Amino acid sequence: MSTIVVAAPPSSRSSSGFRLGMSLPGALVTFLLILFALGLVLFLAFRNNDGSLLGVGFSVANFVTVVSDPLYWTVTLRSLIIAGLVTLATVVTAYPVAYYLAFHAGRRRGLLLFLVTLPFWTSYLLRVFAWKIVLAYNGVLNSALIESGVWSEPTLAFLNTPAAVVVTLAHAYAPFAILPIYVALETIPKSLLEAASDLGARPFTSFRRVVLPNSMPGVLAAALVVFVPTVGDYVTPALVGGPASTMIGTLIQSQFGKANDWPFGAALSVCVMLVILCVVLVARGADRRFGSRT
Amino acid sequence: MSAGRADANKSGRWLGLYVLAYLVFLYLPVALIPLFSFNDSIQAAFPLQGFTLQWYATLFGNPALSGALLNSLIIGAVAGTGATLCGITVSYMDLYGRSSLSATISAIARLPILIPGVIVGISLLILINLIGLGPSRIAIVLGHILVALPTTVVIMRSRFAAIPKTIREAALDLGASDWTTFRRVMLPLSLPAIISAFMLAFLISFDEFIVVFFLAGTEPTLPLYIWSQLRFPKSLPTVMALGTSILAVSFIIAGLAEILRHRGVAAAAPRPLDPSQPKQNERGELQWHST
Repeated sequence: MSTIVVAAPPSSRSSSGFRLGMSLPGALVTFLLILFALGLVLFLAFRNNDGSLLGVGFSVANFVTVVSDPLYWTVTLRSLIIAGLVTLATVVTAYPVAYYLAFHAGRRRGLLLFLVTLPFWTSYLLRVFAWKIVLAYNGVLNSALIESGVWSEPTLAFLNTPAAVVVTLAHAYAPFAILPIYVALETIPKSLLEAASDLGARPFTSFRRVVLPNSMPGVLAAALVVFVPTVGDYVTPALVGGPASTMIGTLIQSQFGKANDWPFGAALSVCVMLVILCVVLVARGADRRFGSRT
Repeated sequence: MSAGRADANKSGRWLGLYVLAYLVFLYLPVALIPLFSFNDSIQAAFPLQGFTLQWYATLFGNPALSGALLNSLIIGAVAGTGATLCGITVSYMDLYGRSSLSATISAIARLPILIPGVIVGISLLILINLIGLGPSRIAIVLGHILVALPTTVVIMRSRFAAIPKTIREAALDLGASDWTTFRRVMLPLSLPAIISAFMLAFLISFDEFIVVFFLAGTEPTLPLYIWSQLRFPKSLPTVMALGTSILAVSFIIAGLAEILRHRGVAAAAPRPLDPSQPKQNERGELQWHST
């Protein structure tokens, strides 16, 4: 016993070596990999392309092109609309699932939570590929409809449409939406619902006036977590979208590939980040508004 | 009152049916992949032809595939270790370091969840070209550490926060140094969370495609290999056999991680509830705005 006390150096309490050692990995990763790398994208966005790694000169020419060329406008707007539709579809369909988990699931809650999150751990690429099998001309949906006599000819109307992109992405990001809403619903005190019921509120009224406002932080978190990856996605448009659903992620990727115009690709990325920043700020503002109600 | 209760029961039943339909929507497309992987036809369509294992046979003796698999395993193991190490240290210093820098690092570490994969990919591509590394396995590892970091930080943070403060204080009062307290007390107590953080980080790396698309040099990972095969209709049944194998392994690992996490949460549970503390959130990985 006494040896331990003796062995402990008096300065051990505020060991600066401990602080340094424990802070180093995180500091390296966050400052070098995240902040420095994002700073490089911002820097490159204001350079002119000359084929070299970091370009030459400084100008806002890239941003002028993004704003003035209708191609980039259309694609950016389309990405926002598709990502918005995906977010809306995902959150609206996920809400009742989260609600059931929080208020009705009982003993099955653990199992259901696991089942709902399990698809998240399977390959995203495979989930998109599965939808390609479903929607293709020779695919499952067409062949099933013909087998059951609803259709006589296979239709091209399923694959390579913006609707295919929305359904596929809503499927791929479903678990992302359910969890935050469930967590928000879970934290609503049950006494609040009892009080509403005792005061004569009918179930729908107490849902609209008590449950829904209190779950808004979860809904906003879910919306962001779905919106952010979908707005820059290019796997789903490439596999099930067709040329009419090219999204901004595809354009960015092609600037760093075929087009070999890195500064312009960086400028497009900065625009996407600006859009996401706006969405985050709006969500935070809404979060605060709903937060002040309770 | 009783009318309200009956209403609630009825709506609960309808909701239950909805949840069931939703689960079918979640699982039906994914279930097609194993289904057609045993189908004796190159076309993924109904009616099913005969049962065959020939697509699984083509998986063996394919050097491109086994190379990609090995690559993914190595990268997943290294990136998973790196992300877990960062997750442990960042969240520990955030909770116990008592400096604004540690809190800032922790906030930045959870930032990549708000950056689309394309942008994570290109920003690292610029960085690694600038330092002269170029697309390589090391670049992919760095990318995957970034992608998995928010998950590991949030898992470790909620685990460390669930360990009663008095345990750490007792160790320090008894004369243990910071290192000893961390190594002998805090690490063993959070071991289940560490293992589950590593498993999830490994899975994230193993499945990640968008970032890898920019950073891979001559040695593709498994998702890149699958992507390259999707262009050839003839190789689709093989992709489905491969996909089925990946699904099976992913499900097993996700199941194990879930069990371990529940064990960790259960170990932390039996203690008096403090109503002033917010409810501990064991599933906080998607709660970007918490804290």
